[in-house]
Amino acid sequence: MVQLIDRRASSRGRSAVNRERFLRRYKLHIQQAVRKMVDERRLADMEQGGEVRVPKKDISEPSFGYGAGGDREFVLPGNREYVAGDRIPRPRGAGGGGVGEAGGAGDSEDAFVFSLSREEFLRIFFDDLELPHLARTQFGRTEQKRSVRAGFTKAGVPANLSIVRTLTQSLARRIALQGNLRREAQVLEASFGIATAAGQSVHAAGIYAELERVQRRRGTLPFIDDPDLRYRNRAWRPEPIARAVMFCLMDVSASMDEDKKDLAKRFFTLLHLFLTRKYAEVDLVFIRHTEDAEEVDEDAFFHDTRSGGTVVMSALELADKLRSARYAQDWNVYVAQASDGDAFGADPARSARFLREKLLAATRYYTYLELADPRSANRPSALWSEYERVAESADNFAMRRATGGDQIYPVFRELFRKDSTS
Amino acid sequence: MTPISRGADWDFDLLERYDSAIAGVAAEFGLDTYPNQVEVITSEQMLDAYASSGLPIGYPHWSYGKEFIRNEQAYRHGMQGLAYEIVINSDPCIAYLMEENTAATQALVIAHACYGHNSFFKGNHLFRQWTQADAILDYLVFARRYVMECEERHGAGAVEEVLDASHALMAHGVDRYRRPAAATLRAETARLAAREVHRERQFNDLWRTVPESPRDSAAPSQRCFPPDPQENVLYFVEKHSPKLEPWQRELVRIVRKLAQYFHPQAQTKVMNEGWATFWHYTIVNRLHEQGSVDDGFMLEFLKSHTNVVAQPAFDSKGYGGINPYALGFAMFADLKRVCEAPDAEDRAWFPGVAGSDWRATLDFAMRNFKDESFIAQYLSPRLMREFHLFAIADHSGEDALVVDSIHDERGYRRVRKLLAQQYAQESWVPDVQILRFDRDGDRSLTLRHQLRRGRPLTEAAAEVVAHLRRLWGFPVRLETHAAEGRVGAILECAA
Repeated sequence: MVQLIDRRASSRGRSAVNRERFLRRYKLHIQQAVRKMVDERRLADMEQGGEVRVPKKDISEPSFGYGAGGDREFVLPGNREYVAGDRIPRPRGAGGGGVGEAGGAGDSEDAFVFSLSREEFLRIFFDDLELPHLARTQFGRTEQKRSVRAGFTKAGVPANLSIVRTLTQSLARRIALQGNLRREAQVLEASFGIATAAGQSVHAAGIYAELERVQRRRGTLPFIDDPDLRYRNRAWRPEPIARAVMFCLMDVSASMDEDKKDLAKRFFTLLHLFLTRKYAEVDLVFIRHTEDAEEVDEDAFFHDTRSGGTVVMSALELADKLRSARYAQDWNVYVAQASDGDAFGADPARSARFLREKLLAATRYYTYLELADPRSANRPSALWSEYERVAESADNFAMRRATGGDQIYPVFRELFRKDSTS
Repeated sequence: MTPISRGADWDFDLLERYDSAIAGVAAEFGLDTYPNQVEVITSEQMLDAYASSGLPIGYPHWSYGKEFIRNEQAYRHGMQGLAYEIVINSDPCIAYLMEENTAATQALVIAHACYGHNSFFKGNHLFRQWTQADAILDYLVFARRYVMECEERHGAGAVEEVLDASHALMAHGVDRYRRPAAATLRAETARLAAREVHRERQFNDLWRTVPESPRDSAAPSQRCFPPDPQENVLYFVEKHSPKLEPWQRELVRIVRKLAQYFHPQAQTKVMNEGWATFWHYTIVNRLHEQGSVDDGFMLEFLKSHTNVVAQPAFDSKGYGGINPYALGFAMFADLKRVCEAPDAEDRAWFPGVAGSDWRATLDFAMRNFKDESFIAQYLSPRLMREFHLFAIADHSGEDALVVDSIHDERGYRRVRKLLAQQYAQESWVPDVQILRFDRDGDRSLTLRHQLRRGRPLTEAAAEVVAHLRRLWGFPVRLETHAAEGRVGAILECAA
């Protein structure tokens, strides 16, 4: 009579398509929210999902309804002390709202809040962004070779002998070659039996000789023959390197104030986020420099203060030294440099030359962010002018200027746009 | 008799045994139901079902995604539990049961949904008149496929625009009264002949001498279309919009059909839930009398049941309006009491009901009423006292709210009338109708909002008019008419 159906296994996530549509429709809001999250977040929490608030007004589905004003009556349960004619002061704020209506209605919120999962957050965050020059991985230095299994061969060294395969082959060969002989032997045995029973001894002896010959041939089939041998084969297949190292170079000289450091911090975070999404393993190297460069840990990098002049060259040299010492092989090398460009003397020209001639060749991608003073946003620094010449000749080099926190994200987007060719 | 089961675990076998026990009791009480189809789902699927108003199949639309996200959030944060079941007005009647429910809850839910709601769907006049239980599932399949085909052919954006606009007018897309059936030729001829006879009989040559008023002749009747205001805005758009493509018309029609399908549910919340709750209570108690369920089962059942029918007071923290389960259950239970053991007050208030056969009386009430009329007819003074119902007047002319009437001798009738009105459709859907379609002129559409007791429309009205403009293709005006026939505010959407 009743029909029982177990639906538990079927059609999960029926609303996924609708949820997806919702997100697409409010993409703009969500993107803004994500941008804001990136701005507000501490580095450590960057890679989590987050809450998105969309104003209720923007998302509501309008319909004709009664607004505040006019005359109305409503009935409520749970009267305790009121009698007809009592006057109750109007609750503030709720225009026509009743005494108890503010309670459960829940309309007081003015925003629709929902959370993005970590994946959704990152997808929107990295929307349209691609790893620069991904096509080059086909022939570039990102490749390493890995030995993989590739079937079996008939020739090889004894160490690679596949016993199971070889025995399979041998068994098949023996069955195939023995078949006829066995059948022949059976026929001969039968006629030998008939001949002996009939007393035809001469004929029987002839048959017996023949039978012996056949049996002998059966016995001579080798258990394992050369054609049976099978060897495990291995081949070298090129594989993209799943490891990347990111060098963070930051100028911590006196001219880099807290605001600029904050900007730089975000820039590095974004690059790091991006790399962790692309590579299985990402190493971070923090190099801060004033007149001379030193490698520090993350905490010191962002939070310790030092003062002094600026020699960019020192940081580049240190980065190159560390690279060839630790990351010479099988690593994708990325360098992100943040500076206010306040270098002087011969340093900018020397740095640019070092970059062009040495470091860039060993680097997958080099990004330079100049943290310009808002006051002098239009005047490029000495380093900037030198680097511009590098950018002209190298295609794995990108540079941008930013003055405020809100510019970091667009800068990043430009740096890593899918078809970035700068 | 030994209990059907002990403990909380259940399997499909057990559900079947519970169902047959419950079916036996339901038959004993004479409940007439569609065949049942019980589907066991996970909480995740329950959230899915929530998003599409409980329908098993829905066309894709962002608003369902929003609803899904909202419910999911509330559920994840523990602000909202999930219903034990969802039941669909279809033939066979589909009920979704959550897998998390215990055996006792599953039995409760089967009694509630598969016999309570089910018999209500089959019996109540609104459902009989406005929904086709045997066709709805097929129609949903058709709607989904049609919408998706349109998306492929015309783009998701174009489809979404039509659906958004239609959704905005959903409350104004239902017929509340049956349209007269198209007259057959024979009936029409007969009517005209009868009319002719009547005119001949009434003929008086004197009328010829009365001068005609010049105004009448200056206003040719065909200039005013439609001749009467039309309350089903979506229907009018579907039939008369000058701009809509055929596929857009069909989309409007799909939304309108769904609105019509849900129309009876909105009208009978209290009755429907009350009826189902009353029957699960009655059926399970009967099972206990029979010994089919043990005391442990009953304790768990009573806990769920009392949770469902709790009515917090208006000033308590958990108040969310009048609980339709509580009010409906109390009314049906009270009606049964009036039939079985009436006191003097009941005899005075319900002379026709007091002392009658309770099953026949309840069946009659279930079949022939909606919330508004059900409350106006059957809410007893005793219940008003039990619920401590009181009415508050919120008039714009007063600087404070005034207690209009309370649950006392002078107030009973007034409170009951006001509560009944609260459930009338007019109290939440403003009166907006199609007034004029300027067919021969600029093809503009004029809507009339009849101001009711001075209550204005919300600001969203402008957006709705803009949506309607999109569907209509030509300028749309919304005139607000005050009671005296004065035209007040005008909202216009020209482009």
